[in-house]
Amino acid sequence: MGRLNGRPIVYMSSAMLETFNFRVIFEYLPLFWSCFLATLWLSAAGLLGSLLVGTLACGLRISRFKLLAWIAGVYIESIRSTPLLVQLFFFYFGLPSLGFRMSESATGILALTLNSGAYMAEIVRAGIQSISHGQVEAAVSSGLNYLQRMRHIILPQAIGVTLPPLLGQAIVLVKDSALLSLISLSELTRAGQIMTSERFMPAEGFLTSALFYLIIYYILKGLTHWSQKRLIYMQT
Amino acid sequence: MWSFYIEQLIHSLPFFLKGLWMTIAVSGLSLLAGTAIGFIWGILRASRSRFVKPLIGAWVDVVRGTPFLVQVFIIFFLLPEFGIQLEAFPAAVIALTNLAACFICEIVAAGIQAVPSGQMEAATSTGLNALQQLRYVILPQSMRIILPPLVGQFVLLIKDSSVVSAIGVMDVTRVGWLTVQRVPQGLLVFGLVAVLYFVICYPLIRISNSMEKRMSAGVTLNKM
Repeated sequence: MGRLNGRPIVYMSSAMLETFNFRVIFEYLPLFWSCFLATLWLSAAGLLGSLLVGTLACGLRISRFKLLAWIAGVYIESIRSTPLLVQLFFFYFGLPSLGFRMSESATGILALTLNSGAYMAEIVRAGIQSISHGQVEAAVSSGLNYLQRMRHIILPQAIGVTLPPLLGQAIVLVKDSALLSLISLSELTRAGQIMTSERFMPAEGFLTSALFYLIIYYILKGLTHWSQKRLIYMQT
Repeated sequence: MWSFYIEQLIHSLPFFLKGLWMTIAVSGLSLLAGTAIGFIWGILRASRSRFVKPLIGAWVDVVRGTPFLVQVFIIFFLLPEFGIQLEAFPAAVIALTNLAACFICEIVAAGIQAVPSGQMEAATSTGLNALQQLRYVILPQSMRIILPPLVGQFVLLIKDSSVVSAIGVMDVTRVGWLTVQRVPQGLLVFGLVAVLYFVICYPLIRISNSMEKRMSAGVTLNKM
C-alpha cells in the first residue's frame, strides 16, 4: 500500500503541511457529505438489522429447546471471539465462492448486522431481565390488557434500561463501519483514502473524515447522557 | 476440489503461524505499554488536578470518537509529514498502544472512583502520603473492580489489532488476505484465520467472565 518512501517525498509533504489546504477540502466537501450520509445509512441499517438479529438470538438463547439455545450460544461466542474485519472478509471472499453474488454494500451491512447482533443479544437480555415478574402480574391483576401492559408498564422500563447501551452500540457501529472502506465501499474513511490517492493529501483527507466521525460521536454521546438522566428519573 | 484447496492451505500453514506470531507481537507490545500508560492516565484522571484531568478527558473522547482505522491511517501517513518516518510495525504499535491507553484509562478511573471516599480520608489521617495511599489503600481495593473489564478490554484490543493489516503489517488477517488471492476459497481461508483468533480470544473471554463472578461478591460487600 502507498508507503511514503524516500526523502524527497518527505520534504515535499512537510511543505504541504505548512499550507494546510482548506481550498482542496472545500473542493472535496460534496464527496465528504455524500460519504457522511453513506456512513449514516450503513450504520443505521446495521443497527436496525442487529436489533432484530439480537432479539432473535436472545430469544433462542433463553429458550427451553437445548439445540436452539446451543446454536445461539455458538453464534454469539464465535462472533465475540473473532474480529469484525475477519468476519467481513469471510463474507466478502467466502460468499462468492459458494455462488452467492452480493453487492459490496449488502455484504457490508450483513457483516455489521451479524457482528453487532451478538452484542445486541446481551443488551436485549439485560432489558428483559430488568422487569421483575411481579410487575407483569400486578399489571394483569389490575385489569390491563396486553397492549396496555406493554404501553404503560413494560416498554417504559425496558426502553429506559436498554437505551443507553443501545446508543453505545450505535457509536461502536458508526466506528466499525469504517472497516467497510476496505472492501471499497464509499463511506467517510474511503473519502479520506480517495483524497490521499488523488491529491496526496492524507492530512486533509483523514482529519476531515475524523472530524465528521467526531460530530456523530458527540451527538450520540449527548443522547446517551440524556437517556441516562431519564433512566434515573424513572427509577426514583 | 475441496481436498486440493485444503492441501494448499495446509502447505501455507507456516505462513499463517508467522502471521499469528505477528498479531501476538503487535497486540502483546501494545497491551503492555497501553496498560502502563492507561494506569497512569487513569490515576491522573481520578485525581483532583484542574489541568491534566480535562486534557486527558478530551484526548480520550477524540480517540473513542474516531474509528481505529482512521487513527492508524493518520499515524501512518501524517507522522512522516513531521519528519518521523515510520515502518508499518511501529506505527501499528503506537496506534494500538494509544487506543489501549485510552480505554484502560477509563476503566482505571472508574475503578478508583468506586472506592468509598472514607477510605481515602482514613488513609490521609493515618499519615500516608499520596503514593502510599495509592499503593496500599486505593489500588488494592479498586483492582477487583478494574480486573474483569480490563481482561475483557484486552480481547477487544487483540481483535482491533486485525485493523493494522490495512497498512501492510503481516499479521494473520493480512496473511489471510494474501492467501485468498491464491486460494480462492474465502470461507476456508478466513475460517482458518477466525479459528486462530478464536484460540486466543475465547479463553480470555472465559477468564474475564469467571473473574467477574468471583470478584462481584467482594464488591457488593464493599458497598455496604
